[in-house]
Amino acid sequence: MENIELLNKEKMISGKGIYKRYNIGTENEIEILHGIDIDVYKGEFVSIVGQSGSGKSTLMNIIGILDRPSAGEYTLDGIDVSKARDNELSRIRNQKIGFVFQTYNLIPRTSALKNVELPMMYAGVRGKVRTEKAKELLEMVGMKERMLHTPDELSGGQKQRVAIARSLMNDPSIILADEPTGALDSKTGRMIMDLFHKLHEEKGITIVLITHSNELAEETERVLTLRDGIITGERRGETYDLRKREAGAERIVC
Amino acid sequence: MILENVKLALSGLYANKIRTFLTMLGIIIGIASLIAIMTVSDSMNNSVMAQMSGMGANNIEFFLMSKSYDENQRAPKDSDYYDDKTFEAINNAFQGQIKGISLTKSVGSTKITDKKKYANVEISGVNKTAMDANKLNMVAGHNFGNSEYDGVHKLAIVSDKYVNNLFDGDANKALGQKLEFMTGSKYYSYTIVGVYKYSEGSGSSFSMGTSEKDMSTPCYITLNAAIAQLKDKGLYDSFTVVANDGVDATALSTSITDYINKTFYKNNDTYEAYGYSMKEEIDSTKSMLSTQKMAFMAIGAISLLVGGIGVMNIMVVSIMERTREIGTRKALGATNGQIRLQFITEAIVICLVGGIIGVILGIIFGMVASHMMSYQGSPSVVGIVASVLFSVVFGVFFGFYPANKAAKMNPIDALRYE
Repeated sequence: MENIELLNKEKMISGKGIYKRYNIGTENEIEILHGIDIDVYKGEFVSIVGQSGSGKSTLMNIIGILDRPSAGEYTLDGIDVSKARDNELSRIRNQKIGFVFQTYNLIPRTSALKNVELPMMYAGVRGKVRTEKAKELLEMVGMKERMLHTPDELSGGQKQRVAIARSLMNDPSIILADEPTGALDSKTGRMIMDLFHKLHEEKGITIVLITHSNELAEETERVLTLRDGIITGERRGETYDLRKREAGAERIVC
Repeated sequence: MILENVKLALSGLYANKIRTFLTMLGIIIGIASLIAIMTVSDSMNNSVMAQMSGMGANNIEFFLMSKSYDENQRAPKDSDYYDDKTFEAINNAFQGQIKGISLTKSVGSTKITDKKKYANVEISGVNKTAMDANKLNMVAGHNFGNSEYDGVHKLAIVSDKYVNNLFDGDANKALGQKLEFMTGSKYYSYTIVGVYKYSEGSGSSFSMGTSEKDMSTPCYITLNAAIAQLKDKGLYDSFTVVANDGVDATALSTSITDYINKTFYKNNDTYEAYGYSMKEEIDSTKSMLSTQKMAFMAIGAISLLVGGIGVMNIMVVSIMERTREIGTRKALGATNGQIRLQFITEAIVICLVGGIIGVILGIIFGMVASHMMSYQGSPSVVGIVASVLFSVVFGVFFGFYPANKAAKMNPIDALRYE
């Protein structure tokens, strides 16, 4: 029943038979991904869950086109990226993907505002337009008051909110969040997860969450389980609908 | 994008003030020493050249030289010296190429006293060519007339310093006065007919370190008068040939030397003529000075090179430190070219700012040093422009390797870097 529902939706990510091997041609050749098929539809909140060593980082790198698959096809928002050159990949990353990392990866000694502006700077957008947009996004994540602070003056949760604002800067096709709450305490982590839900529900943003935590994964619309380089399971998040009902009853406060 | 990168570089460098300053220091010292050396050595060259060409680039000096380095060689006899016969022969053989032969007989140095007043003079007898070569600037009276060189006229020309010391600076009062001095045991008396303006370097005396009052200045009498007074036989161990303008003095020097040796010294067992042109002297001084300048500049260039390597070193370290940042930038969509440009810009900014500070310090040091050595120092504009351009080139050169390293980083490895 779910599949019929999904078929009518536009595909944001489409991977077919993705393999990733390292040290190809040497005796140390090792295959990390053994033919993965993955589809993510527009407006979906999907999680990929797996233990460490399951290949989820490798898969994330391929989804985020930081890396190319050794074999297989990968299409992002209708663009076949397996044949693109390095500079084209940079441009596609810039335009289509918003990264949120476990370690925030804000540029040190640079204000939150400048950090958020960065993706648009690389897109070649004028300073004034950029600053306006960055301020808007910082306001949305509740960081407007501290936008002139440098990362070392911000708490972990604040840094992650800045990073989320940055990921939204070029209106990406998907947000790729790699263990976004991994370095945060549970309360702050909760706030970040709530922010993702809000972005998903209110703005309809497509989000791919990569995590090792089943608990977090269950909050998402669809959960893909990765084990030893293959996807072993696909299910609807257990607490997703529950959350939605709660949200209907009382608005989520972020 | 360029402006963006410059801003980025400036804020990055500002955030690391001490490290940035230490990195720049190499460039600052290198450029400053280059500019200072150029300024000092240019002003030194100019001043030395001005002094030397004042002595006459057309002059060819002749001396007597012994043919061998025999320690027991005999002292020169009368027949070994140059005399009128030599000069006549040269005048005939090289007619048209030479302006004349300048002859000087030194009569001696003495102190002329008048009650409590005194003045030191060096008296020399000169022929017309020698007098012309001195290019005296007369302030009163007149120079020797052509007829006054013929026969023995007891006339003298003194300097304005002499007048200052003995006649309270009134040159006209000195005219017609007697100048008396002694050679052997006999007093000779000359009538002062002219006063010239003494300038440092005119004549042969360098009178550094003596007070103006004690300074010895040249006093000229005619060559014939000097010969008569010294009871001289008209023999010379040296003379100066003045070449005509446009004649290659160096070549002429060689041919006159050959001519004299062939004509007069072929059968002389001990002595021969030796001539060299002032132009040769100037050329060799010029090349010596420029060699010296090159040597100093090489030292400056080495310090600049060390500075440049320092920049490269810091850039490499800084890129290692900022691996994660580079990975993040790449993930956010920076192309390899943008990353490369960012780091090259950073290196250029370091080198350019360092270069500009270096130029300013170099000009100050150069001017102060030239001033202390009492040369007219002015920094060369070419040098300044070249230094600034050079520091940009330096930035690109020493920034390229680290920047390229940054640009080629794999974003995955860079993001994972701890």
